[in-house]
Amino acid sequence: MNAKVDAVLKPVETGVGPVQAMIAVFSRDVRVAFRQRQDLLNPLLFFVMVVTLFPLGVSPEVEFLRQSGAGILWVAALLSVLLSLDHLFRHDFDDGTLEQLVLQPQPLFLLVLAKTLAHWMLTGLPLVLLTPILGIMVHLEGNSIAILCLTLLIGTPVLSLIGAIGAALTLGLRSAGVLLSLLIIPLYIPVLIFGTGTVAAASEGAPVAGYLALMGAFLVLALTLAPFASAAALRISMSNS
Amino acid sequence: MSEPLLQAINLECERDERLLFQNLSFSILPGTVTRVEGPNGTGKTTLLRILAGLNDAWSGDLLWCGEPRSRQRESFLRNTLYLGHRPGIKPLLTPMENLRALMAGRRPVSDKLLSQALAGTGLAGFERVPCRNLSAGQQRRVALARLLIADEPLWLLDEVFTAIDASGVQAIEALLQQRAAEGGAVLVTTHHDLQLPGMNRITLGQGQNHEC
Amino acid sequence: MWQFFHKLGSPKWFYGIATRFMPWLLVAGLMLLLAGLVWGLAFAPKDYLQGNSYRIIFIHVPTAFLAQSMYIMMAAAGVVTLVWRMKLADVFVKAVAPVGLVFTFLSLFTGAVWGKPTWGTWWIWDARLTSMLILLFLYGGVIALDRAINDEKSAARAVAVLVLVGVVNIPIIKYSVEWWNTLHQPATLKLTEEPSMPTEMLVPLLLSIAGLYLLFGWLACLRMKTEILVREQRTRWVKDMIMAGGR
Repeated sequence: MNAKVDAVLKPVETGVGPVQAMIAVFSRDVRVAFRQRQDLLNPLLFFVMVVTLFPLGVSPEVEFLRQSGAGILWVAALLSVLLSLDHLFRHDFDDGTLEQLVLQPQPLFLLVLAKTLAHWMLTGLPLVLLTPILGIMVHLEGNSIAILCLTLLIGTPVLSLIGAIGAALTLGLRSAGVLLSLLIIPLYIPVLIFGTGTVAAASEGAPVAGYLALMGAFLVLALTLAPFASAAALRISMSNS
Repeated sequence: MSEPLLQAINLECERDERLLFQNLSFSILPGTVTRVEGPNGTGKTTLLRILAGLNDAWSGDLLWCGEPRSRQRESFLRNTLYLGHRPGIKPLLTPMENLRALMAGRRPVSDKLLSQALAGTGLAGFERVPCRNLSAGQQRRVALARLLIADEPLWLLDEVFTAIDASGVQAIEALLQQRAAEGGAVLVTTHHDLQLPGMNRITLGQGQNHEC
Repeated sequence: MWQFFHKLGSPKWFYGIATRFMPWLLVAGLMLLLAGLVWGLAFAPKDYLQGNSYRIIFIHVPTAFLAQSMYIMMAAAGVVTLVWRMKLADVFVKAVAPVGLVFTFLSLFTGAVWGKPTWGTWWIWDARLTSMLILLFLYGGVIALDRAINDEKSAARAVAVLVLVGVVNIPIIKYSVEWWNTLHQPATLKLTEEPSMPTEMLVPLLLSIAGLYLLFGWLACLRMKTEILVREQRTRWVKDMIMAGGR
């Protein structure tokens, strides 16, 4: 590099590491969310309402509910996360903060990961916390409820991580919400299968540690790969706007 | 004659099957202010987004301090400040929180400096008011407060004068000149009649027809 | 326009090559497929369990096989799009995705037709059929995303990311669907039992697969040529070719 230009340039090292940048992104998202609490409640209300539809629409019989309860709750949680994903990047995109995020001299996938974790904490985690109450309402047994909560605790972050890819890909498109669902639902199938399958196995008294470990493997895989795909998708969507 | 900070060689950009520009070459030298001109729809914003690294649907070469920008990404991002159409301000957060979040990933800045910057843009007393309660001009001023604390040598500013009053415009013009005087470089697009001594121009939308 | 030209070299080159090879692909593909089908449908022995109804295997398995490998080919092209930004790879994905959708649908349809005499019902949540159904969704998503993005280059790159994410997921989906299947339906009759398949059945099956592959190659070339013409319509070589009344 030319000496003259070098004199003007600032060194890349600023004392702000990726971790601080991630914390800043995370805490800003949490702060914004808490300034608009209604938006936090919406996915939860949706979750409760979808679950309510099943006894009303199919059957309130204890036997049916006990058998299908875990599946109903899992599907409702999945849809609820899906619904909330549309907002993951959209507000940031509209007000320009996403541009500034992409231009930070930090690894973008880590910033995206921080945003996704904030999304999970604000939507997935509350769903897990609400699950015991709904589990009782669909007559699940105590052990099944515990396992269900555990599978949701491991599974919902996977939903957020994979969903972030779809949210990034559909950013700025017309009817992005429906498109996002089309792209993402097929990718949710393994988590759903193992989430409900683990509860089913537990209710039959089979050991579930192996299945839980497998779900943990899904989570690790999603944690390591999804942020890269989301970051790449974000750059593409930015380019297109 | 010094080395250019940023150099564009044969830039070409096609969007939605429309050729915006081709064979566009220019250098951004330290100590200069450059205005990107051209009628609406000729790609001024797109050019700035390409230079900022937001849009990568282009071909040609972009050199940062003489080396391909793709290989100097960290240094480029660290040393470039881009302000776009969309101010990057969250309506639910206060000016202080917004500025803090915008600076957080870039470098450590004390709150004192941030509130000084806000005061400098005429927002003293508004530090704790959510931005959605501010006027459009005031919201832009929050974003522009970054110019007062920016240490990045290269500024890419897209329509910064929008919704800014006369005194604000003067203050910004002074900032641009000061940045150039300090050895930095500024690239602006604006519909405001910007006249600075020694200003360079890049004109888009001339003689780039689709002839074959 | 001449500055523009060097980048277009490869689509033009491909166009020429494809035009030259397509008749061969078509003839060879048709011959192999016909041989496989005639052998399989008329001469191969009856299945001891399923009788003649198993013969749909000679259509079902090749379509299913091709539908899956098309997705993997698209993923390979997606890597090329993202890493080298080769226009031809963009064209390939765009041209092949609808073909993949149709083949997936065909394999589901033939699977259902096969299911009727075998299980007495058109649809069973069998592991293979369910996996193919999910593959149909994946293809649907790819096509929907491609259509939703106006800008060609952005669309190609976005689709490439989606296809790559999909291809990472396909083995996971297959595995989990198989596990789910054993959980819910412990002893279903499997549609195909390859390991026990006698040679007289295997050879015509392989012939059909090979023939369908070649025909797919022909179709892909045809669709890619069309897509290239649409994309390069403003370029000189396309104009020259059309003025010269070329193919």
